[in-house]
Amino acid sequence: MARGLAGGILIGLAAVLLLWSIGRIAGISGIASGALEGARGDRAWRIAFLAGMMLAGALALQFLPAPPRVQTGPTPLLLAAGLLVGFGTRLGNGCTSGHGVCGLGRFSIRSLAAVLVFMLCAMAMTFFMRHVIVNIGVSVT
Amino acid sequence: MSRVVLAAFLSGALFGAGLAVASMTDRQVVLGFLDVAGAWNPTLAFVMAGAVAVTAVAFRLVLRRQAPALGGSFRVPQADAIDRRLLAGAAIFGIGWGLAGFCPGPALVGFAAGLADAWIFVPAMIAGSWLAGRLGRP
Repeated sequence: MARGLAGGILIGLAAVLLLWSIGRIAGISGIASGALEGARGDRAWRIAFLAGMMLAGALALQFLPAPPRVQTGPTPLLLAAGLLVGFGTRLGNGCTSGHGVCGLGRFSIRSLAAVLVFMLCAMAMTFFMRHVIVNIGVSVT
Repeated sequence: MSRVVLAAFLSGALFGAGLAVASMTDRQVVLGFLDVAGAWNPTLAFVMAGAVAVTAVAFRLVLRRQAPALGGSFRVPQADAIDRRLLAGAAIFGIGWGLAGFCPGPALVGFAAGLADAWIFVPAMIAGSWLAGRLGRP
């Protein structure tokens, strides 16, 4: 729990630093789609942010205790999940960081609605995968 | 390197380190939070609480300034409509998140760390985003 709280505070500070320095919201899905498809003059900061995040994140994982369990889920499930996450975050203009960390921090009702919807849908989907499908004899994990 | 690019890089680094410290790249930790009917793992609640506690206080102070420290203007979303597009997008994202336990930030960090799951997930995520972008155009 201490690691969760400490990591959360770091994430919050990162969002504050980005807003304070260059006036941007730290929403990962939006930063990423803009880095790939956005206006040319607006790409450098996005690429720099993502490079920093990926480098520091991967580096930290090498030194932290309890590295992520190497686990290979079924490929079709991961592909479907990736498609849905990419499609949904673009359509809904945000993910856990943009609507969650930043939107809630701005007391945005629009973001609060998005967070409630994606949390409830994610919980329902996890329930379905772990407690319903398993009980009818379909193996997915 | 311009100061704007450097600030974005440092902010990203802090963000990525936070995701790693919080174990958010571990799909089982995230799914453990989403699985409220199983052995519930509260880690993600602490991550959100820690992050929002910081942004809720500091965003107000930052937004009192006339402009960002390195120039330009604040680019904060102006939209406040809770429309069908927002709700459908959030629902589709939630279904995908609950399916695998990856959201965009942790998936990209996992990709950089060489996690096999992330190497499958991230290209599909980029394709999904591209598709939604195409559909959104007139």
